[in-house]
Amino acid sequence: MLQFILRRLALAILVGLTVSVIAFLLLRLSGDPAIAIAGEGAREADIELIRITYGFDRPLPIQYFDWLGQILRGDFGDSIYFRSPAGPLILDKLKTTVILGISALAVALALSIPLGVLAAIYRNSWIDRLCLAIAVVGQALPNFFFALLLIMLFSIKLRWLPVSGSSTWQHFVMPAIALGYYIAPPFMRLIRAGMVEVLEADYIRTARAKGLPSGKVIFKHALRNAIIPVVALTAVQLGYLLGGSVVAETIFALDGLGYLAYQSITFKDFPVMQLIVLLLSVIYVTLTLASDIANAWLDPRIRVAQA
Amino acid sequence: MPINNAKPSVLLRSLTASVLCGLMALSAPALANKQDNTLRFAYDQAPESVDPFFNNVRIGVIIGANVWDTLIYRDPDTNEYSGLLAKSWKQIDDKTIEFELREGVTFHNGEEFDADSAVYTLNFVADADNKVTTQQNVNWIEKAEKLDKYRIRLTTKGIFPAAIEYLAGPVVMHPAKYYQEVGPKGMNAKPVGSGPYKVSDYQPGKSITLERNTGYFTDSPKHGAQIDKIEIRFIPDRQTQIAEALSGGMDFIMHVPKDQAEQADQVPHLQVVSGETMRISLLQLNIQDGTPAPELKDIRVRKALIHGIDRESITENIVGAGSRVLNTMCFPSQFGCTDEGAPVYKYDPELSKKLLAEAGFPNGFDIEIVAYRERNQVEAMIGNLKAIGINAKLNFLQYAAMREQNRANKSAISNQTWGSFSVNDVSASTPVFYGGLQDDMTHDAEVIAAMDRGNNSVDPEVRKASYREALARIAEQAYGVPLWSLPVYYVANADLDFAAYPDELVRFWRMGWK
Repeated sequence: MLQFILRRLALAILVGLTVSVIAFLLLRLSGDPAIAIAGEGAREADIELIRITYGFDRPLPIQYFDWLGQILRGDFGDSIYFRSPAGPLILDKLKTTVILGISALAVALALSIPLGVLAAIYRNSWIDRLCLAIAVVGQALPNFFFALLLIMLFSIKLRWLPVSGSSTWQHFVMPAIALGYYIAPPFMRLIRAGMVEVLEADYIRTARAKGLPSGKVIFKHALRNAIIPVVALTAVQLGYLLGGSVVAETIFALDGLGYLAYQSITFKDFPVMQLIVLLLSVIYVTLTLASDIANAWLDPRIRVAQA
Repeated sequence: MPINNAKPSVLLRSLTASVLCGLMALSAPALANKQDNTLRFAYDQAPESVDPFFNNVRIGVIIGANVWDTLIYRDPDTNEYSGLLAKSWKQIDDKTIEFELREGVTFHNGEEFDADSAVYTLNFVADADNKVTTQQNVNWIEKAEKLDKYRIRLTTKGIFPAAIEYLAGPVVMHPAKYYQEVGPKGMNAKPVGSGPYKVSDYQPGKSITLERNTGYFTDSPKHGAQIDKIEIRFIPDRQTQIAEALSGGMDFIMHVPKDQAEQADQVPHLQVVSGETMRISLLQLNIQDGTPAPELKDIRVRKALIHGIDRESITENIVGAGSRVLNTMCFPSQFGCTDEGAPVYKYDPELSKKLLAEAGFPNGFDIEIVAYRERNQVEAMIGNLKAIGINAKLNFLQYAAMREQNRANKSAISNQTWGSFSVNDVSASTPVFYGGLQDDMTHDAEVIAAMDRGNNSVDPEVRKASYREALARIAEQAYGVPLWSLPVYYVANADLDFAAYPDELVRFWRMGWK
């Protein structure tokens, strides 16, 4: 088990480093940061000054290793745009994104568990196909488009919910639905497949034969076992949610990490951008690692196969 | 076939009911209206700093004008100057101006305004070490000196005729003691000005709330604000802003695209106002040595381009209400801007084809246009050019990338737009693209010399004559295509009483409710 964990940990670190290199290079490829920072109408001398001040005149590998060294020493640099330390800035926004991520996950589970169970119980019936249709629409509908549909219905037509902002819990309802619906389909399919398998197991037949009410059989005996793989998927999807909320946060003007990422791309705020990419990749890699370890712990076949 | 006896209707019903119950429980959002005398304004970009010297975005200029005061005031209706924090001023020589300051004005924190505030602010921003973001607004200042408690002397580095215009615009006055103590960082965290509105709450990147300054001095031309509270929220997505306006969550949004503004105009509780801005659009033609399009070196080709673009029709149908076709490379209200003596090029595709044939391109040629905004306008021009045989390909870039390409002499045609930082003087516009600086793609010695004469004289007649000469030569030689002024569309609560100004400045102190 220890060998397995060490191997996975080494892999996770490599993935993190690779992501940081790619992010660093991609950001630099998008144009001269000094020109972007100087803004419209800046003179060549101003731009040159910025280039030297921020060290953009040095070779890329040196810039990268300098930055990595600073990060390892705990110095996250300053935001070029907001002129304040990047670390606290990002932590401040992380709260909103975490609330959004967890609410979206709750929406996804609240939607996918009943639908997945229904689809499994009424396998191959119109109910199953309806659940499949809901899942397909959720996956196919662009996130931003669904968000705008929600705004049209709940804010403009019904006037039940505020369009944008993050000051009350109501502000999180539509973004959570928009994001939650988008990630619900894989959960739904996983639960359906798990339930179909479990419902045919002998112990379920025994439970039914004992005369237990069908609700109890489904939710207490069957779902409990069918839901195990969902736990692993949840960890990965939460990582995706934290990084994938850029669009939702921008549309709903939620002052979170995704919105900060959007702003820092717009203003070529490299220190913030790099730090966000690094943070998200670390979170993602950590969650994946945790779910791998949990899976290996739950199912010895995995660690044997990978050792 | 169901594999157990659970009734689908029961499960489905309970699911639907729980979703509906959850939604019904939500209370309606607070709506904006005139009853609470609060204006809710959404803008797409957050300023990097609220200190007017440390941001280069429009919202920063808007907040700057409402929270701070300048020495001089320019009336937006007549463009005439009058005193604001200065009572009067006198040009002593080509480089020196003396100001007599107003007495009894206090900043929002209670600090008194006097010569110390003016001198400290001017010297602070003029010092390049303090790294003011908008250098072009301040790098003409040599120094400021205190003559007595209410009199100062300002010296400019060279002859700088537009000084008064800058002192009536971006160069605001800070409280000396406070600014010395907290610096630009502290000024951003807790902004203090002397203007008709004061900052009551500021959450960087999220929102800023202004409250009416009830102690504002009555002699000010900016006196008379009626709206008590202005809540500005930064909402990056345009569709969300529109949705906020439609749902009544916002009273005022600007820079709305034409088609969306036209739709919003159909909504009873909204009004749409469009106005011309000082931002001009033009095509720069690269005729420098090493240009990727040597065809442009032939004046007949350049004239064919101008005759080949139907500017009247694009202005009317695509650019929108409030814009007008330009004949020269400046905004008409700017001092020194004129089309006197400049040829007027009418839309004439047949003439274009003839000119192209004469130049040796009877079948036209391929060329690239770089642009960074107003994509639909560039696409309309590309359609026009196709009709005269020129196959133009659009290369749509971020502004920074476009400028990098232009300065590296890699662009053939560049669609520039320029807002002159709302400075109502030609020195802030045409010289940027034709004055021999790094964004000049023509480098015509005659044009540069005439521009320099205009920029370096304080005699209004000399300046006017010099700019006229430069603008006429640019037009005669067809060194570019002057296109149109860009309008701005505002969507607002139908109850709001406001006017649009060409400098795109939102003057809250002039707003009220109908």
